[in-house]
Amino acid sequence: MSLQVENLRVYYQTLRGDVKALDGATFSLKNGEIMGLAGESGCGKSTLGNSFVRLAPPMRFVEGKVTLDGQELPIWDQDKMMPHRFRDISIVPQYAMNAMNPTRKIGLMVSELLKTRQVNYAEMLPELHRRLDLVGLPHDVLGMYPIELSGGMKQRMVMVISTLLNPSLLIADEITSALDVSTQKAVSEMLVEFRDQGFVKSMMVITHDISILYQIADTIMVMYAGKLAEKAPTETIIHAPRHPYTKLLISSLPKVGVTYTQKKLTGIPGNPPLLLTPPTGCRFRERCPVAYEKCLEEPPFVAIGKNHSIACWREAAPHA
Amino acid sequence: MLKLENVSKIYRIGAFGNRELRAVSNVSFEVAPGEVISLIGESGSGKSTIGKMILRLISISGGKITLDGVDISQHRGQALKEYYRLVQGVFQDPFSSYNPIFKADRVFEIVRQEFYPQVSAADWYPRVINALEAVGLNPEHVLNKFPHQLSGGQLQRFLIARALLLDIKFLVADEIISMLDASTRIDVLNLLASLKSRGLSILFITHDLSLAHYISERAIILYRGFMVEMGATGRIFDHPLHPYTRMLMASVPRLDQKWQEVEIDAVANLPGNGRGCAYYDRCPVASHQCTQSPPPLVEAEPGHFVACFNYSSQSG
Repeated sequence: MSLQVENLRVYYQTLRGDVKALDGATFSLKNGEIMGLAGESGCGKSTLGNSFVRLAPPMRFVEGKVTLDGQELPIWDQDKMMPHRFRDISIVPQYAMNAMNPTRKIGLMVSELLKTRQVNYAEMLPELHRRLDLVGLPHDVLGMYPIELSGGMKQRMVMVISTLLNPSLLIADEITSALDVSTQKAVSEMLVEFRDQGFVKSMMVITHDISILYQIADTIMVMYAGKLAEKAPTETIIHAPRHPYTKLLISSLPKVGVTYTQKKLTGIPGNPPLLLTPPTGCRFRERCPVAYEKCLEEPPFVAIGKNHSIACWREAAPHA
Repeated sequence: MLKLENVSKIYRIGAFGNRELRAVSNVSFEVAPGEVISLIGESGSGKSTIGKMILRLISISGGKITLDGVDISQHRGQALKEYYRLVQGVFQDPFSSYNPIFKADRVFEIVRQEFYPQVSAADWYPRVINALEAVGLNPEHVLNKFPHQLSGGQLQRFLIARALLLDIKFLVADEIISMLDASTRIDVLNLLASLKSRGLSILFITHDLSLAHYISERAIILYRGFMVEMGATGRIFDHPLHPYTRMLMASVPRLDQKWQEVEIDAVANLPGNGRGCAYYDRCPVASHQCTQSPPPLVEAEPGHFVACFNYSSQSG
């Protein structure tokens, strides 16, 4: 197990009270696992990713334990997290296109970044060149300003920088959502390549686009309104989901080759609950077609099969 | 009904406007009543520019756009207003389409003041209710609210309802669902499909091929302002002809199959000289001919047009 998360709760502080954006997440990542994290906007998937890297106000750590390679991460203490960032855990942010300093040439920026981690840029240079070759960027980019690169090139550059010190865990937050389809494919395949080459041990790929996850992820975890709904191998989530939310979500996705005249798809009626005052019990209850009395209690996130966990009373205990 | 003939848009760029950027080059197509046509392209393909030209938000540099035979670029004053009774647009970001200071239903009141000043507010209200119900919203839940109190999907349907109040014939839908969540976007798509059955024509501008396939009969693939392929949507998906379309189809993440191991986007050729095919520098099958002039759009099979010399030579 490279990453273990137990009962992690992270709230956002607002004047009107705490927004319970991440309310009790327990899961683990195996060595070499690429886990996709899917869900609608506001379900807490980015909160989960960001909390491993920088849990700063207005985010508030409530409780939970994060263990990476057998070592507990002090994610609530920003100063103590400093030595872990970039070396053990690294992020490719949502807007990677704007993640680089526009006033520095890229090479200089990388050398400054490495200096903060007591790494010599000159010694690192051959490896940096090798990785630039791998992602198909010319070595000249190190002498360029970020503005001279296209969106896809910047994204690839940020990926190379983020993984330069071989972190154990890489968090990729919506890295493909602003890219064209052809670039999207190249960047996604690069993530798999980075794992295969051993640059990163495990990866969390956060996206709302499940079809991308189907291409690259080993497992998919689905979140709903701050809670984990289901985690299973990719094939299981796509072809045999168990949680009612996952089922509805997958069936609402138009597949290439489907037209509305042949097969009319349906959305999920209703809206996610407000996380300022979330309902008790199962948070999907209001929109769930199979909800019953038991759902007034909160369903635990339990294993129902090999590598398959869900938080649903009806599916976890079908004969109840 | 709506017809584009050799429409081009050239932007002047550079400090003195002495360089030009061809955002749209010689685009021609026609939309029939009750037809949904998809305009598919990546960023920079000119798809939104075409939508804006149809809505008269930007001027046309060359060519002609006609609605029922009347050139729309000549409309001034009252005639332009009449044009907007028939043609309306809905855009990508529902949140920036509203003024956050005012309640969201103000857009309906503006339509009344501008287009139906003779209708009293009391007579207007039932029409608003009708339009809201037509787009699948419960009026009690959405009226008298500020934009931030409504979800993206509700705001987007509000804008469609606003367009319906005008009794439009043509809707330009520019990436209207790309900002919506998966569970709500399909409802907006189904709404468009039901409007179509009432005889509304829709120009569905998107970069998402699976959405385009779901909703439209015909599709146009754009690349750097050029039309590279046009035809029945199903045909383009199952049997893409242009190398660019083929690359696009191979790159789309699908839920029913994994990506094939194909070599894409390897820079195959030197940059083109600007005179030939726009896809020359990425094309795996380019030849010398492709640098000489842009390939014409030819009918490779009935109803299926492609702009590639590989096909124009076969058909003569």
